[in-house]
Amino acid sequence: MRSAAARPAEATANRIDDVFARLRGRDEKALIPYVMAGDPDVATTEEWLLAAASAGADLLEIGVPFSDPLADGPVLQRAAERALAQHVTLGDVLGLARRVRAKTPIPLILMTYYNLIFQYGDERLARDAAAAGVDGLIVPDLPPEEADTLAGATRAAGVHLIFLVAPTTPPARIAAIAARASGFLYYVSLTGITGSKLPPLEEIEQRVRAIKRTTRLPVAVGFGVSTPDEAARIARVADGVIVASALIKRLQEEPDPSRRSSVLTAYVASLKQALIPR
Amino acid sequence: MAKSARSSNTPKPRRRPSAWPDAAGHFGSYGGRYVPETLMPALEELAAAYAKARADRRFRADVDARLASYVGRPTPLYFAERLTKTLGGARIYLKREDLCHTGAHKINNTIGQALLAQRMGKRRVIAETGAGQHGVATATASALLGLECDVYMGTEDMARQALNVFRMRLLGAKVVPVAAGSRTLKDAINEALRDWTTNVRTTHYILGSVLGPHPYPMMVRDFQSVIGREARRQIVRAAGRLPDALVACVGGGSNSMGLFFPFLTDEKVRMIGVEAGGLGISTGRHAARFATGRTGVFQGTKTFVLQDPQGQIQITHSVSAGLDYSAVGPEHSLYRDLHRIEYTSVTDKEAMEAFDLLSRTEGIIPALESAHAIAHAVVLAPKMKKRQILLVNLSGRGDKDVQQVAKIRGIEL
Repeated sequence: MRSAAARPAEATANRIDDVFARLRGRDEKALIPYVMAGDPDVATTEEWLLAAASAGADLLEIGVPFSDPLADGPVLQRAAERALAQHVTLGDVLGLARRVRAKTPIPLILMTYYNLIFQYGDERLARDAAAAGVDGLIVPDLPPEEADTLAGATRAAGVHLIFLVAPTTPPARIAAIAARASGFLYYVSLTGITGSKLPPLEEIEQRVRAIKRTTRLPVAVGFGVSTPDEAARIARVADGVIVASALIKRLQEEPDPSRRSSVLTAYVASLKQALIPR
Repeated sequence: MAKSARSSNTPKPRRRPSAWPDAAGHFGSYGGRYVPETLMPALEELAAAYAKARADRRFRADVDARLASYVGRPTPLYFAERLTKTLGGARIYLKREDLCHTGAHKINNTIGQALLAQRMGKRRVIAETGAGQHGVATATASALLGLECDVYMGTEDMARQALNVFRMRLLGAKVVPVAAGSRTLKDAINEALRDWTTNVRTTHYILGSVLGPHPYPMMVRDFQSVIGREARRQIVRAAGRLPDALVACVGGGSNSMGLFFPFLTDEKVRMIGVEAGGLGISTGRHAARFATGRTGVFQGTKTFVLQDPQGQIQITHSVSAGLDYSAVGPEHSLYRDLHRIEYTSVTDKEAMEAFDLLSRTEGIIPALESAHAIAHAVVLAPKMKKRQILLVNLSGRGDKDVQQVAKIRGIEL
């Protein structure tokens, strides 16, 4: 990492910071469900995002489909394929975010691969995302070393660029990533792709504790979390839990499309229950 | 097609070519490392291990010894007299990488990387393959060194290159079919990267071309530049001077970069990379990144990429599985911008004609990839003077393609 980055401008209020601060006050942990935009179509995605917000989600992560999602396992790969069959673009997803933002103040985070952003233009995307009410970006194939341009643009626009930390990341590198991160750190729970099997929970706990010793930023854990029990266990040390593949898998397994929204509501509610202190 | 930059007005590279890449793997504005965080520490470890190995005389001697006694290097530089007469222009020399063990230049790199994997204590290697040549070369190096080997291959390519699939299995490798996306090389790379992300602690990924995140483009170039070092020495010995032009096909770009790199500072030597023109540039069904692509970020690197206006990666087409890829090595993009290397393309049809021509005039059946380079020599040689020299990299032999060529011609074997 070439230059020590300035911390994000404290002056710019961001809904992500507000939510983590509010939850901390209640000793509650954040639930961050993920939905792929355009799977099966953008109108349904909007309906599901709003349903997730009502069911207890604290932040929403919206996937922007990319043709070659190399960090993703089969469940998210297929979700992206279905969305791309609808020709969903980054512009469409910004439109979706704008409509959701008009109805709810919940923080919105876009997750996509860097080429889509690079083609759209880093600065233009940061501006348009902020205008659409997007609060954060997760770009799994953009490590901090290559992120100078986008980080500058998002900082100026008041959008958080959220970096990932992996089980393979050595301590010195965790500190370097944390120094450039804003919003929260995304801890990848496992050495692998999204939707794989979780390693022993003790290992995750240990690593999250190590990360929290190096940064005051909230830490959210994702990549293999699927049950309320796992979420509860991880929430003992982490500030938030991200659930993606497991949610999409449950939706796909429901044969009746008209029932999927209620499947989502029940699952999100059960996960959120596990993150509230008893 | 490529803009033809005459050598007289070619801007010079601003620095010595070896100044690229920088420490972070950038070739000018190209290259770099665009991978999930899980792989970043592994890439740093690999770059450090490679830097150490490269500086170690024993490692270099080990690589050289195996290239000599196992691969069969140096490969000959052959004066193609009948082809020269037939085309009626420049004297054509062929760098005979087709005579390498396993039938293509790919093994120059896999021997080096497999020895590096061994040095790093990794007992398992993985690879992607398109035409199957890199997969075979990886399986071979793994057998040689006793490493476990899994090769990812698109199911479309498995059908086109059934012979190489069987060869890999004979060599003790596991061939893992990839049925995602276009079922070709790019999907095999995605899957190999996913495997590496999962098994990074025990596994080394032997990437087969000058592609992907740093240090791969540099490391593969270094291992392949034995081609150009030999060719430069050989042509000076044979003809008493440097060639006027070099021609090589460009898929990811490893055989071409291997040939070109040692000539980069020889300013009077023209270099021409030949991309796969498929059914023709205007049809949109091709793999000519420099014809209609633009800068993008794909599979770990920033480079020229065939993509739609939004940045979704486009599916390519070529009769040659080894050239059928949406991106090109980042160093090629740099030298394209500097006008140091020129790029052009030939169609499937032109490549097939060159395949026949070389077979009949010289008794050499080229790989369909290499036939693209020959096809451009067919265009270029007659425009050159008879005393001029055209050096073509014959990157591989065509045995693996015989079945497919028969099929295209409707012949049942």
